[in-house]
Amino acid sequence: MSFINLKEKVVQVKIVYYGPGRCGKTTNLEYINRSFRNQIVSEMVSLKTHGDRTLFFDFLPFNMGKIKGYDIKIQLYTVPGQVKYNATRKLVLRGVDGIVFVADAMVKQREKNIRSLNQLHENLLSYKESIFKVPLVMQYNKVDLKEHGIPILPTEILQKDLNSRLQAPYFEASAVTGYNVPATLKKVIASTIISIQKKLF
Amino acid sequence: MNYGIVSQEQIEQIDAILTDKLIKLGVDCVIVIDMAGNIITAKDNSENKYDVYSFAALAAGNFATVDAMAKLVGEEEFSLLFHKGQESSIHFSKIDEELLLISMFGQEISLGFLRLNVVDVIEQIKRLWNKS
Ligand SMILES: Nc1nc2c(ncn2[C@@H]2O[C@H](COP(=O)(O)OP(=O)(O)OP(=O)(O)O)[C@@H](O)[C@H]2O)c(=O)[nH]1
Ligand SMILES: [Mg+2]
Repeated sequence: MSFINLKEKVVQVKIVYYGPGRCGKTTNLEYINRSFRNQIVSEMVSLKTHGDRTLFFDFLPFNMGKIKGYDIKIQLYTVPGQVKYNATRKLVLRGVDGIVFVADAMVKQREKNIRSLNQLHENLLSYKESIFKVPLVMQYNKVDLKEHGIPILPTEILQKDLNSRLQAPYFEASAVTGYNVPATLKKVIASTIISIQKKLF
Repeated sequence: MNYGIVSQEQIEQIDAILTDKLIKLGVDCVIVIDMAGNIITAKDNSENKYDVYSFAALAAGNFATVDAMAKLVGEEEFSLLFHKGQESSIHFSKIDEELLLISMFGQEISLGFLRLNVVDVIEQIKRLWNKS
């Protein structure tokens, strides 16, 4: 749930990058952190293990500027993708306004994407939220690997596996090169703000 | 109370309570956040400036983690959390199911005295909330 401060005219919006382990959620935020310097006011916070796996979450506040006189502060979070961390994933989802589901396009990750998306659905239900209602954007990440001869799932397969019922907007992307990372971010922010406006005004 | 929106009036009233009961006592910084990590309001003594947005995200995570641990050992909740440092300490207290009050303070203040005031502040904030 977004938080609106009528005194200071600030809207805080929570967007969570969700997906299986090592799919590239943290890499998305790192790219955003590097390339939108003038919209980022403070340091990125990363709670991670020695092996650079997310332990709790990454947090990056992102200033959108003003819409209708309101200062929009986007709070970007990632969840830890490793299977054993579902309790913490759930905590991060509390009060979520918009979600990017980052799928790993590598052929060998096919099952893991599906399992992660199913668990997202269940986790949202535990907050009485529905995956069909929360603004959601699909990102099929690591498409750059194709050039290196690593087998990648065709987008049609990913769409069929993950997005046939949800019908969410989707992007092929590469979080390491930044390809479609800004497009994904812009899309999720736009969908989220539209949904908040519908609820409020 | 709709937790999504707070009016100018509500925030001003809460700010007044925080200033009166905690900042005047010598607390460096007080933040009211919700469990999702949003800031409802933040007050400081204008000497200490913290990155309150990151702080709120971490504090909500911290509180949620301890809350989940409480459930695992069969406790309803640990409604109070306290971290003590050399120079400064942090005190967390639950206002209700959705809101947390966080105070940062130095050595000059005793924990006991702070707690009394925090209890008072929470009572007053709750009363305000329930009116709206
Ligand atoms: N080739 C390629 N590698 C990527 C891409 N995105 C991420 N990676 C790599 O995949 C690995 C895992 O990336 P992270 O961003 O840490 O993954 P994560 O989703 O945050 O993982 P958890 O924190 O464990 O959930 C790192 O070695 C990244 O460099 C991509 O688009 N292309
Ligand atoms: Mg990560």
